[in-house]
Amino acid sequence: MEIPKSFLGYKRENGRAGTRNHVIILPVDDISNACAEAVANNIKGTIALPHSYGRLQFGADLELHFRTMIGTGKNPNVAAVIVIGIEPKWTKRIVDAIATTGKPVEGFSIEGVGDIDTIAKVSKKAQEFSMWASEKQREECPISDLWISVKCGESDTTSGLASNPTVGNLMDKLEPLGVHLCFGETSELTGAETVCEKRGKTPEAQAKFKKTWNDYNDFILREATDDLSESQPTAGNIAGGLTTIEEKAFGNFQKIGGCKFIDVLEPAEEPTKGAGLYFMDTSSAAAECVTLQAAGGFNIHLFPTGQGNIIGNPIEPVIKLTANPLTAKTMSEHIDVDVSKILSREMNLSQAGDELIKSTLRVANGRLTCAEALGHKEFVMTKLYRSA
Amino acid sequence: MSNTDIIIHDEKDNVGVVVIEKITPNQDCNCWIMENDKSVSIQSKDEIPLGHKIAMIDLNEGDTILKYGHDIGKVVKNIKKGEHVHVHNVKTKKW
Repeated sequence: MEIPKSFLGYKRENGRAGTRNHVIILPVDDISNACAEAVANNIKGTIALPHSYGRLQFGADLELHFRTMIGTGKNPNVAAVIVIGIEPKWTKRIVDAIATTGKPVEGFSIEGVGDIDTIAKVSKKAQEFSMWASEKQREECPISDLWISVKCGESDTTSGLASNPTVGNLMDKLEPLGVHLCFGETSELTGAETVCEKRGKTPEAQAKFKKTWNDYNDFILREATDDLSESQPTAGNIAGGLTTIEEKAFGNFQKIGGCKFIDVLEPAEEPTKGAGLYFMDTSSAAAECVTLQAAGGFNIHLFPTGQGNIIGNPIEPVIKLTANPLTAKTMSEHIDVDVSKILSREMNLSQAGDELIKSTLRVANGRLTCAEALGHKEFVMTKLYRSA
Repeated sequence: MSNTDIIIHDEKDNVGVVVIEKITPNQDCNCWIMENDKSVSIQSKDEIPLGHKIAMIDLNEGDTILKYGHDIGKVVKNIKKGEHVHVHNVKTKKW
């Protein structure tokens, strides 16, 4: 198949391109959720991103909170941003960082004003942003403007046999076209960690991966109260035939095809070494991982599933594929791409990869994903430890 | 090409994955090895559902299970060729 060289996206002020055109109302902290949700309810064409944290965090955990907030606002799928926090200082820090993209962004703080007047004031600005964004048109963008993140979930053995290798086939075909790619799930590479480490393109990337995996594994061993066999693999994984974390890891690893990663990113860190594959240090919980990848700037997500994970994200469209014929049948409203014919050998991997590329471009051009149509907007902040 | 009941990732693997709804005891199954496009056959001993693994050889306690050509865990209870391989007879070497 000849791969299309372009898609229809929203060109942003900083040169990036979006596959979506969201106006977001971003609460800095848990107690500002009510305000943000009220504004999004008032003003059509906006979405609130409520979450559970943002108070009394410190150190690396606070830095991650800021990185996730700022990265979410900077993501090219977002046209304009309203930031609401209880206090002005942290709100301003987020606003100023998002403003470096050149997109419209404005911050508000609630203290000394109260919810009701804040909601009135913010609603007026949100209306202006929403109507401004509604005039943005899709334009032809080079395929290299796609930043594709991947993560699998509710995996079973069909994931390792077919749906993950289909994503790997897409990576092999799109990497030479200058696309940014990202995989994560540090804990779910356990058992395949030495094989994965060798996929680092440089000794530096390999060493960085090794340290990242070791740190995560040390943390798990320190905190674990049992052998983790109840969590990794999950009950769903086991029902689907996966027996051990090692088996799950080698299946997971199929998603990167033959690609080599050029750098290892902190959670929610934006890549800076140009096009190619990146590894991001993330949890393997679906919503946490995709939220971090979206905050890293990725604008379209591929999610292979075996037993049927249903996750979506508010700003980054999540395309689901499965090779499990039962899941494709029983959960069809969640599955964008059915590659189960690989198992019956009526379809080969390259054909499946081509189908996935076609679907990815249709979604990049504006087709809603199943998760978007069903209203899945899981926005989940990763928290490293207790607040002060 | 059709009627593949079991797929094996790598020639070195000692387990295969059921890719039809289920196989039944004493079923003669066609297995396809992805890595080298060869076919082999095996007779099952258990009922094994879609996505679950079958032992391609006799395995003893302490043996290593190979899938994708890699170590994915250890045998904790002897397994006969054709039997179901899962959490009841295989455990992780991690954690």
